[in-house]
Amino acid sequence: MDALQAIIDGVALGSIYALVAMGITLIFGVMRLINFAQGETITAGAYSFVVTTELPLVLRIVVMFATVIAFSLAIELGLRPLRNATPAALLVTTFAFSFLLQSVFLLVWSSQGDNPLVLSKLNEALSVGDLKIRWVTLASIGVGSLLLVATALFLNRTSLGLQMRAAAHDFRTARILGVRANRVIMLAFLIAGILSAAATLMLVVQRPLVTPTFGFSVAIPALVGVVVGGMDRIVTGTMGGFLIGFVTVILGNYLESGRVFLTSVVFALVIVVLVLRPNGVLSRQNATVERV
Amino acid sequence: MSGREPGLDGSTAEELLRIAGLEVRYGDVAAVRDLSFSVGRGEVVGVVGPNGAGKSTTLHAIMGVVPAAAGTVTFQGERITGLKPEAIARSGVALVPEGRHIFPHFTVQENLDLGLVGRRSKDGAARDMERVLDLFPILRDFRARQAGVLSGGQQQQLAIARALVAGPELLLLDEPSLGLAPTVVDLVFDTLDEVRAAGVSIVLVEQRAQLTIEFADRTHVLANGAHRMTLSPDDAGDEALMAAAYFGD
Repeated sequence: MDALQAIIDGVALGSIYALVAMGITLIFGVMRLINFAQGETITAGAYSFVVTTELPLVLRIVVMFATVIAFSLAIELGLRPLRNATPAALLVTTFAFSFLLQSVFLLVWSSQGDNPLVLSKLNEALSVGDLKIRWVTLASIGVGSLLLVATALFLNRTSLGLQMRAAAHDFRTARILGVRANRVIMLAFLIAGILSAAATLMLVVQRPLVTPTFGFSVAIPALVGVVVGGMDRIVTGTMGGFLIGFVTVILGNYLESGRVFLTSVVFALVIVVLVLRPNGVLSRQNATVERV
Repeated sequence: MSGREPGLDGSTAEELLRIAGLEVRYGDVAAVRDLSFSVGRGEVVGVVGPNGAGKSTTLHAIMGVVPAAAGTVTFQGERITGLKPEAIARSGVALVPEGRHIFPHFTVQENLDLGLVGRRSKDGAARDMERVLDLFPILRDFRARQAGVLSGGQQQQLAIARALVAGPELLLLDEPSLGLAPTVVDLVFDTLDEVRAAGVSIVLVEQRAQLTIEFADRTHVLANGAHRMTLSPDDAGDEALMAAAYFGD
């Protein structure tokens, strides 16, 4: 029963990481940019809950979504003047955004941590035989699956989705065909914002202590998952995010008292995986990779 | 025949595209220097010359993919120099890039649907799609297939079809015969004949000079980024002139 419990918890955390990972992959697809500041959009959303404790729940959730999306779009606007800069310059700029925002959060709220008090009842467990499943676990799996399927449908069934996929494969050709660069890039940040906001809600319920590195601690493993899965395709990047969340929970279950080493073990595994399959475990490009 | 002034090059057709004093630089190197020519409505203008002559760069500058260091490009009376590629595409110019650049993981239909993005109006999109599929029946048969499994010739047809469903006034073709078997090259030129008959103007950049000079209303020879001479279809058989065009006087 322990194993089943771990699998369910693993799927739940995997779903949250997959949401963040899909956003990272979408942005990477259209800009060839790893957005390191993605985690800070999550932190900003979490702090919005801290300041809206007096408001009705629905309004608080709306404010949180608006906050995460606004931060995501602000990062996009902030990067516009650098559109033609080298990838390294862009990457370092998102680092700068990330640490700047973390410092601002630290100045305003300190490192103590605040409890946003959102939907705490979802942490109560539902007993099925020996299994104890928290409602938030079910909600994470449900919300995660729903949004991932919705985004996949958008990408595969709509003209704008087709344009985004085209831009991700070959940006220059897409523009030659009339695909508006600014529009698809902004759309990628908008969708990443929506997905991150959903992840924020689930995270805040589960880990009700918001600190300046709240989102960072989620975005980094999600990003690692994207790289492990293969960041050249949306499916592999998203699945990679899921895997890292899933594996973390499963390993945590086995390590038990050795849990302090969990992060080290996960990242050691990542190194091994990347040495063996440098383009990602799920990527189809491994067969043709050039070795030096 | 050389040294024509910018303008209609003796053509009586209404002017659609005018390039005047175009210069494109890659760092310190001028890839195109002081280039001027124009294209009338319904005309086919060829551009030939040795590798590195600036042929592809000229098309990229018209399309806004590379910036012009000097000079102007005017399309339908409007200056399009400095506009983004997507804006130029949406104004009625379509480029079939060298190497085709189809989306190999997408279906043939999805590739064609991407061509619709650049349409100025959604009206008539379904009709134009049908017309283009009539022009390339093989694409109709392979609509649901991944574009990457098509043969080189079929991929070239797809690239041209994708440009045509946008309903362009001006079609820019960059080496459409590259890497194709001779019979397939004939097929591509037959198709271009039909495109011309439909009233679409064409700028055709090609390595196959003979074929291009015969096909186009007039053909500009570029060398080292500069205009060297202009040839008419009658010049196609003149070997001395052809040699002079390519190797200098």
